[in-house]
Amino acid sequence: MGRTTRGARALARTAGAMVAGTRAGVVAVAGTRAGVAARGVRVPGRAGRPHAADARARPGRWQVVTVDRPPDRVLPDGPRPEPLHRLGDGVEVAVRPAPGGRGTELAARPACGRPLTGMAAHLVGDDPGLLIRETLRQVKQLAETGELLRADRSPLDRPGHG
Amino acid sequence: MRALCWLGEDGLAVRQVPDPELRNAADAIVRVRRSATCGEDLPLLGGRAPYLSVGDVLGHEFLGDVVEVGPRVRRHRVGDRVVVCATVACGSCWFCRQGRYGCCDNGSTGPAVAEEAWGQPTVGCFGHPRAVGGFAGGHAEYVRVPYADVGAFAVPDAVDDDRAVFASDAVPTGWLGAELGEVRPGDVVAVWGAGAVGQMAAQAALLHGASRVVVIDRHLDRLRSAERHVGAETLDYEATDVAAELRERSGGRGPDVCVEAVGMAWDGTGPRSLADLFVTAGRTATPPDRPIAVREAVHACRKGGTVVVLGTFTGFVDTFPLGAVMHKGLTVRSSRQHGQRWIPMLLERMARGEISTAHLATHRLPLEQGAHGYDLFRDRADGCLRAVFTP
Repeated sequence: MGRTTRGARALARTAGAMVAGTRAGVVAVAGTRAGVAARGVRVPGRAGRPHAADARARPGRWQVVTVDRPPDRVLPDGPRPEPLHRLGDGVEVAVRPAPGGRGTELAARPACGRPLTGMAAHLVGDDPGLLIRETLRQVKQLAETGELLRADRSPLDRPGHG
Repeated sequence: MRALCWLGEDGLAVRQVPDPELRNAADAIVRVRRSATCGEDLPLLGGRAPYLSVGDVLGHEFLGDVVEVGPRVRRHRVGDRVVVCATVACGSCWFCRQGRYGCCDNGSTGPAVAEEAWGQPTVGCFGHPRAVGGFAGGHAEYVRVPYADVGAFAVPDAVDDDRAVFASDAVPTGWLGAELGEVRPGDVVAVWGAGAVGQMAAQAALLHGASRVVVIDRHLDRLRSAERHVGAETLDYEATDVAAELRERSGGRGPDVCVEAVGMAWDGTGPRSLADLFVTAGRTATPPDRPIAVREAVHACRKGGTVVVLGTFTGFVDTFPLGAVMHKGLTVRSSRQHGQRWIPMLLERMARGEISTAHLATHRLPLEQGAHGYDLFRDRADGCLRAVFTP
């Protein structure tokens, strides 16, 4: 386990202690006494309140869902599962056990200074939180039900329309 | 196939639409035998619920025969006669595993819409906009049923179609009223609304041991129906002082449990407070919901009692008597129904004759007359309690 820095501890408190254990400001795979596991989590290597000039570089708010499955089912070892994978490195991801036996709290936010690229950037538009929330919901639904619930197709979407 | 579609300002009409298709592995396709109108549909027809699109198929209360199943369906086979819970729940999330299917996390295909409106994604429902589902309704020849193992239930032979269809929504919603109210033997229960849900709530309260159940409405045919088929006492709110009557019938305490089963189906008549008039003045786009029955229930309920809101509200409610809630120590509860938890038990009770539903189907019509059926239902015309359609 990597050594925990002051900066990481401050961020961990802010993020509801989702993140702990850093090495040179970046968490690769980390755990804590509370059993926290985070993967690909990027944190700033400084403590304290950032200056206004740094505001644009601050990471966005964590978006979180609670998944009624254990952490290793939500985020298994290895590459991030789809649909998280398609968000690429522009997103930090963290997981921790949810209290009260409610499964796993899965969190994600745009990485500091790492804008989304490619398709993710196209989809995200002006609201990164929306895409991340939708992605987290999909991860949750896949873990809980095994598939993504699809809406009925409208007549316009049917083959042969027109 | 043929289906009863919402056409915006042009109302309702039966149209040819594509047959439903399996979209998920846990889906089933059901050929509809019966479907029923519901007061929850009326705000949709009146344009008071956003995101409904022209061509959407209405109806959430239905039963039919399974004609196709996805590869993950285990409990049903082609040919099963099933009643389908009006709400769509996954059966796998934390809420479903607690038996609170009406709070399911995974039942809607448009969770972001509900999140915007209500702060959280909510359970899905057939024949509703995407915020609460995104699934075509049951007023059709065929319906796709997501999570079929969770929401479809085999119907006992002893329960015919016209009775069983109400196990989809009216009966479990009424049961919810008694459950949320935690009705106990000896309780006095008041129910606002003598429609199908109100009558089923009254019946559920009696089955939970209530010593006295009083149903309140202004439509005399509905009140007579509640007396005859449910065994409830009744009050015509246009002919009497409801609060005074309820105090008199409860030893001056007020009812232990007050169940509101009116919601947005309120018919536009009856008393409106000065505050109501004030807050609606100048609002033309989205008028607030009018909780007249909720207000009356709060005032009538005994101290420390429970008010259960079963009626459907979608937006904001002003002039809510929060002061009475606080000073009387009331508990206010509400939910979408948890039919997935109760329907098998309710069907058994229906088979044994403990729960009567046959009288609810006052009008049986072919699907082609669906628009007429909704007119009758909306206007409470010809004693219409529920119109039941056969495709």
